[in-house]
Amino acid sequence: MSISETGNMSNTSSDTSTMNSSNSSSDETAQSTEQSAVQSTKRAARPIDVMTLYPRDMNIYGDTGNLLVITRRLALYGYQPVVHAYNQGDPWPEHIDLLLGGGGQDSGQRKVQEDLIKRGPQLRDLASAGVPMLLVCGLYQLFGAYFQTMDSDRIPGINVFNMVTIGSAERQIGNIVEESREFGTLVGYENHSGRTFLVAESSTKPLALVRKGVGNNPKTGTEGARVHNVIGTYLHGPLLPKNPKIADFLIHTAVSRRYGKFDPQMSDDDRRELQMLDHRAITARRIAADRPR
Amino acid sequence: MAHQSMSAFETTPQQDRAIRARHEARARRSAWKAGLTPTLGKLVRHIAQIRGGGSSFPGMVVEKFDPGFLSRTIAQMPLGALVVSGTNGKTTTTRMIASLLSSLGLRVFTNPTGANFVRGVISSLIPQVSASGKIDADIAVLELDEAYSVKFVQQVRPLFSVLLNVMRDQLDRFGEIDTTARLLSHAAAATTNTVVLNREDPLISGLARMVSAPASVRYFGLANDRLRALFPNDDDIHVSDKDLLRRHEDQSDLPSADVTLAGVRAGSADFQIDGVQRSTSVRLSGVYNLFNAAAALTAVRAVARQAGEIAQKATHNAAHSAARDQSDQSDRVTMSASRIERLKQCEQAASDDDVLLNALAHVTPAFGRGETIHVRQKTADGATKSVPVEMVLVKNPGGFRLALRSFDPHGTDTMIAINDRDADGRDMSWLWDVDFTSLRGQSVTEVSGIRCWDMALRLGYDRVRVGDIQQDLSAGLQHFLAANPTKPKRIFCTYTAMLALRHDLARSGEADVSDVGVGA
Repeated sequence: MSISETGNMSNTSSDTSTMNSSNSSSDETAQSTEQSAVQSTKRAARPIDVMTLYPRDMNIYGDTGNLLVITRRLALYGYQPVVHAYNQGDPWPEHIDLLLGGGGQDSGQRKVQEDLIKRGPQLRDLASAGVPMLLVCGLYQLFGAYFQTMDSDRIPGINVFNMVTIGSAERQIGNIVEESREFGTLVGYENHSGRTFLVAESSTKPLALVRKGVGNNPKTGTEGARVHNVIGTYLHGPLLPKNPKIADFLIHTAVSRRYGKFDPQMSDDDRRELQMLDHRAITARRIAADRPR
Repeated sequence: MAHQSMSAFETTPQQDRAIRARHEARARRSAWKAGLTPTLGKLVRHIAQIRGGGSSFPGMVVEKFDPGFLSRTIAQMPLGALVVSGTNGKTTTTRMIASLLSSLGLRVFTNPTGANFVRGVISSLIPQVSASGKIDADIAVLELDEAYSVKFVQQVRPLFSVLLNVMRDQLDRFGEIDTTARLLSHAAAATTNTVVLNREDPLISGLARMVSAPASVRYFGLANDRLRALFPNDDDIHVSDKDLLRRHEDQSDLPSADVTLAGVRAGSADFQIDGVQRSTSVRLSGVYNLFNAAAALTAVRAVARQAGEIAQKATHNAAHSAARDQSDQSDRVTMSASRIERLKQCEQAASDDDVLLNALAHVTPAFGRGETIHVRQKTADGATKSVPVEMVLVKNPGGFRLALRSFDPHGTDTMIAINDRDADGRDMSWLWDVDFTSLRGQSVTEVSGIRCWDMALRLGYDRVRVGDIQQDLSAGLQHFLAANPTKPKRIFCTYTAMLALRHDLARSGEADVSDVGVGA
């Protein structure tokens, strides 16, 4: 029984039997089998526009893996991923169904800072309109109100999340396991010195409670942030390969917004491939969760 | 490194002089102990060997007891220390330089693989010094971990440094790439004779600004854009090969290089030395090993020039010893006639490109860096056949990408073994910055190691077929060897996986798996 299903987000549990959250992926696959049995063999091109935010400067720690998972799963579900790499100064894509943003070095953050502030209103509009987004590490921080450096300079963010991040001398590094009400157990690797604090009683909620590791900051035991259909997190690994529930949430949301409903059209090969990927993810998650901090 | 000291990250190259002065003062206070150090060090080493302690333990004891041991021992060598650092290729490059200098006639001390931190260097010096603390070597060629290169130059100023590249490596260790470049700037600033830099890596060639007279900079590089396209830097991961070529057209303002790699074929390579192109056969495989050979050749040429100058000065001093000017002690080098002869010989030999390239032709791959172990396998008709198993160490995305581009998968069975211990890199993110689609046509026969399921998941998303997945390395290796017994094999493996697999192969096959390292 998954902790998330009982709604008990206990921080002290170390019971690895809670790691069955990925089983739902195979349930979904079983469901889609029935649906697609009546589908004609011919597939219509159903594009989904995926934007990556600043991939040139904010792509560290395997963030490209998140994009690969989204595009491959979209293709397996019978949708056509169209990727827009947006770097500072580029024209804004006409249509955005799903947005991915990664982490960067301090130098990368400085390079994108100005453009991000300029694009802030557009990004806030997309977020409140319900466009699904995933922001990892560096861009997660900049989607908050500000990042305060150790010299007390405040680098402004774009206020999608109601939170602030404070620089610290201590870097939080290691394997992390956390429990999310929406997505079950999440596994990944954190590597950050910023400490993020969500503003209490606001619409921004934590993504998960940390079971092993540090997360947003050493005090509150929370990790990541959630608002609208936007997810912010410190989890690398990268996040989506070993946490396919979040990948499917982003995809379902994007597809439903654009086409009214999520309607996968899959061949038997597609289904087998997806099952294989999710089977490997389940085993990889179990091993990752048991590795030392 | 489990016990990485953070202080290396907090100092600037400008502070190194003061840190060295403090260290020297501490060394002087303990100088009276110097006569006891060799005996103590050898005793501790003996005990550590019996008790199975780590290689750093004798170094730790000696460093505490006699802080001057390292600098005093290296100061005995007329060519001092040559430091090799950077993300990828340290071990191979160090081995090449040591091997080339030995074949040019020098007596070379070098640290064995895995002892690439200050105490490791001290530990490996201990068995080489006599009871009175003398060492019979002309130069110390040292592979140093990026962070420990800072610690090292805060004790000893090297005459030469060779800085290879900065790539994403075990980011869980240093945090960021820019941090790694900052670490290497200490070695560039402390070097007194020649700093050898990779002109193709902007973060490395930018370190030229740290070099101050009398030290000078020499570059190594690639001769053409076709080769450059094989070495994408980390920023190029989203860029197609065509765009890469276009970008490199803008690189006409690169500094001129001492030695460049100009062409690569199976079993041979072309180098341009002072702009003149020459071919040589090579036993090293992998285009990145051959690029590092250009670094090694550049370094060896710099060492040989300095050897010639020292020999000349020493000859001069010997001739004028009767009229020695007491005020000019610092420049005086007193050395034996045989040593002067060795240094002269080294300079002469290195000035002949044919001799240099011939020496390079005989360098063999380092431990786990494309080395081939032969394993006796049973054929279908019951006869035995020797089957090559090539070990390719992979430890970061840049290195893995280069390895995949360097080795043709056709006609070879492939195994990938991924561990996640400290020496491997604990964050699996790096696997997702490697493009595995080149393996799609061949499939991967075996995936093994602690994080085999992360690796299998990665291959799944690149649609590369996987034959078998086993977490246990011994079982995975057995299965791999048995799958197609007589087919040549290649294993891409992280560091601790390589150690385990090598150990297993040594037990099972007729494998020649002795450790490398050129002795003093």
